[in-house]
Amino acid sequence: MALINPKKKEVQVKIVYYGPGRGGKTTNLEYINEKFRKRIQNEMVTIKTYGDRTLFFDFLPLDIGTIAGHNIKVQFYTVPGQVKYNATRKLVLRGVDGIVFVADSMALRREMNMRSLKNLQDNLRSFNKDVRKIPLVMQFNKRDLGEQGIELLDIEKMNHDLNKVIKAPYFGASAISGENVALTMKKIISLTISSLKKKLEA
Amino acid sequence: MEFTLDLGKNQIDQIEKVLNEELIELGVANVILLDLAGNVIVNLDNGETTHDVYSLAALAAGNFGAVSAMANLIGEHEFSLLFHKGETESIHFSKVTQDLLLLTIFGKSVSLGFLRLKVSEAVKKIEALF
Repeated sequence: MALINPKKKEVQVKIVYYGPGRGGKTTNLEYINEKFRKRIQNEMVTIKTYGDRTLFFDFLPLDIGTIAGHNIKVQFYTVPGQVKYNATRKLVLRGVDGIVFVADSMALRREMNMRSLKNLQDNLRSFNKDVRKIPLVMQFNKRDLGEQGIELLDIEKMNHDLNKVIKAPYFGASAISGENVALTMKKIISLTISSLKKKLEA
Repeated sequence: MEFTLDLGKNQIDQIEKVLNEELIELGVANVILLDLAGNVIVNLDNGETTHDVYSLAALAAGNFGAVSAMANLIGEHEFSLLFHKGETESIHFSKVTQDLLLLTIFGKSVSLGFLRLKVSEAVKKIEALF
């Protein structure tokens, strides 16, 4: 639910990085924070537990320029991936405009990816939103681990597991090296604001 | 795409007027009207602060949601008022409508009792605008 301020000519858009625990959601935002430093006026906010896992959420605001004379502020959030933090995930999803689903490419994590996607679907439904209709990009993260001899799921298989029904744009990526992180981000921004554009130009 | 609130420029002007008269003139440093998604709807300050209001709004919405969930656990619907006390600056939260929160940041020169009174007056006036 984007917010338009006609007085300040400003639009706030909320994009949430969702996915299983330790999948690289925070790492995506950290990379964006570093790479797009010039466009980011404020510090990235992150609430972590001792074990370096996201307890509540991360938050990163990014100015992406103007559309139809409105300054567009994209607010990136991550959710805590661990199963037990579902109440917090629901809080963060409130008012979401676009989602990046960060799946873990490690073969061992196949089940967890599917469970997390199901959880996303259920949580969106509680806000009367449909996972097939909301702007969404799939990111199959940790592709770099293949070089270290770790068994990975191949992209087509992941796409079949997770994206058969949703049919979202998808990318293999490595959040730690930055590969396709910016591409994922640009894709979700363009999907999310294309509907906004119509409204602003009307 | 859905939109949280379709506020017109006039409505924003009216809200700003209320917040200015009730709170900024009282000596409050910063006032943020936000929605529960963490968006900043209106922000006014006394000209002397450089708070990161977007992060504050995101965290305030999360905090309010977390505390509401705590309320549910003890059989309350919600806690409609929260207060965090600091050494020099403090934060007061109040619910305005189902989706809106008013966050006020103030220093030692403002008494909490008076602030609460003014906040509730401002809330009533803003509610009347919707």
